Amino acid sequence: MSSAVSRARMVRLRDGLSALAFLAPFLVFYLLFLVYPFGLGIWISFHDWELVGSFREWIGLWNYEDMFADPQFWRAVRNTLTFAAMTVPVMVGLALLLALGLNRQTRIHGALRAIFFTSNVLSVTVVTLIWIMVLSPDRGLIAQLFRSLGLEPIAFLASTTWAMPAIVATTVWWGIGFPMILFLAGLQQIPGELYEAARLDNASPWRRFTRITLPALRRTFVLVAILQVIGQLQIFGQVLIMTGGGPSQSTRSLVQTIYETGFADWQLGYASAMSLFLFVVMFVASMAQLYIARQED
Amino acid sequence: MEKRAIRPFSGDTVTLVLMIALAAMWILPTIWVISLSLRPNMDLMRSTAGLLPIPFTLQNYIDIVSVSMTPRWLLNSAIVAIGTTVITLIVASLAGYAFARIAFPFKRTLFVFILCGLMIPEQTIIIPLHAMITDWGMHNTHAALIAPRVAMPVGVFLMTQFFRAIPLELEEAARLDNASRLTVFRRIMLPLSIPALTTLGIYTFLQAWNDFFWPLVSATNSNMYTVTVGLSSLQGNFAQTEGLGFIMASAVFASLPVVIVYVIFQKYIVRGIAMTTGK
Repeated sequence: MSSAVSRARMVRLRDGLSALAFLAPFLVFYLLFLVYPFGLGIWISFHDWELVGSFREWIGLWNYEDMFADPQFWRAVRNTLTFAAMTVPVMVGLALLLALGLNRQTRIHGALRAIFFTSNVLSVTVVTLIWIMVLSPDRGLIAQLFRSLGLEPIAFLASTTWAMPAIVATTVWWGIGFPMILFLAGLQQIPGELYEAARLDNASPWRRFTRITLPALRRTFVLVAILQVIGQLQIFGQVLIMTGGGPSQSTRSLVQTIYETGFADWQLGYASAMSLFLFVVMFVASMAQLYIARQED
Repeated sequence: MEKRAIRPFSGDTVTLVLMIALAAMWILPTIWVISLSLRPNMDLMRSTAGLLPIPFTLQNYIDIVSVSMTPRWLLNSAIVAIGTTVITLIVASLAGYAFARIAFPFKRTLFVFILCGLMIPEQTIIIPLHAMITDWGMHNTHAALIAPRVAMPVGVFLMTQFFRAIPLELEEAARLDNASRLTVFRRIMLPLSIPALTTLGIYTFLQAWNDFFWPLVSATNSNMYTVTVGLSSLQGNFAQTEGLGFIMASAVFASLPVVIVYVIFQKYIVRGIAMTTGK
């Protein structure tokens, strides 16, 4: 009896040790390069902490007070929200249209899907390089088109009106493949019998779309929208490379402000406070995603 | 075939024509840039019009290989992306196996603790991460570019899900033969998980190759640039027209590895998107 108990205890101990051995390699990376920096970020945000040198003074909530009183910060928040508000609907809408139009298993549809997806694997530097050229007022593709129509070319990236839409267009071109694939996956889960039945009832294509396709895609739709919001709130590379935040601050984003506060002004404490603000915003968005995913199960 | 056609808007010719037109528009900038990269710089100073590389030259590509830093940057990117991928596959599959198969105390708590890491995007920890690596004197090393990416928990999550779906019987037979956990893992679980590992590997590789923010602030020595950061440093010279073809060729050249990976592993990438978003 007691030997059975001790054997069971032995097994449990052995299992615990092997679990530890299997988990340890990942845990080392996770604790050291994710959990610790996250905690350190909170700690730094309560300090006046300079990038170079060892000047580190505890200043409590000052960084946060500064942040909420800083018009530059609110400007960046507003720009980031504007960017997301412009990008997400275009991205979601266009991705849905592409998925609907390309949801067939023929060679040509496959090739077309590949065209829309390929830009997705390019890096932000390559994508912006391409689009700076396309948008260039003297040598760009669009300028050539404008000239051939007898119009004056526009310096898109130097205009407070056009810089943001230009960055939105670049972002949509870059990222459309991802939501398109998600919508395609959603469409393929709709049973063909539903459409069969609808056709027997002589339902028009539009009716079949609004009564079958759209309701069935509801979950995918919400998932795509939230993923897009989370992704687009982090906009950084496009503005840094294409406009540097200009003209006259009209495209400066939140992550770019964090980058410049940290690595140009060397104010790590202040930059950390802004990072945590971003984290809270993203956290709320992720929670919304989890909540919706749970609800469906 | 008929079954597909009854789905609204996907079968008719008008839709197809519209899609082809849109796709042509979509691919136009890429074709134009590739064509620019195949034209002499002198010629581009006069005009950038036209979609065909006439006059044609390979000089820009020869310059990249012979005089530019791009090969060095590509090498850095390759080391970082392959290093990140290999280490991620190892640590994520080991941890995933433990979560899927071994009973141990506080398993649920630990799993949730690791899932919480999914909520921390790179941008929100980059400042403290930079301060930490500065204290350690580790900037401008490949290790500093690799380690923070390995810490991302998405791989552990995927591998746990995958191992859970493998039938227990396969493993139990081997366990009766007194095989150790590690042997079971290596001989039975790993061979079965090649599709999952491929999917995770491609995903990790592409993410690591295209990473911009972290290498931008950590690799500040031009010898240590990844190709993504190196290309953005070239953009400073953008105003000068002389090197236009050269810059475009660098962009094309730098994209070849990811495009090749994409073409070969297209199927896995599509599946990876579905897996990482929990569809």
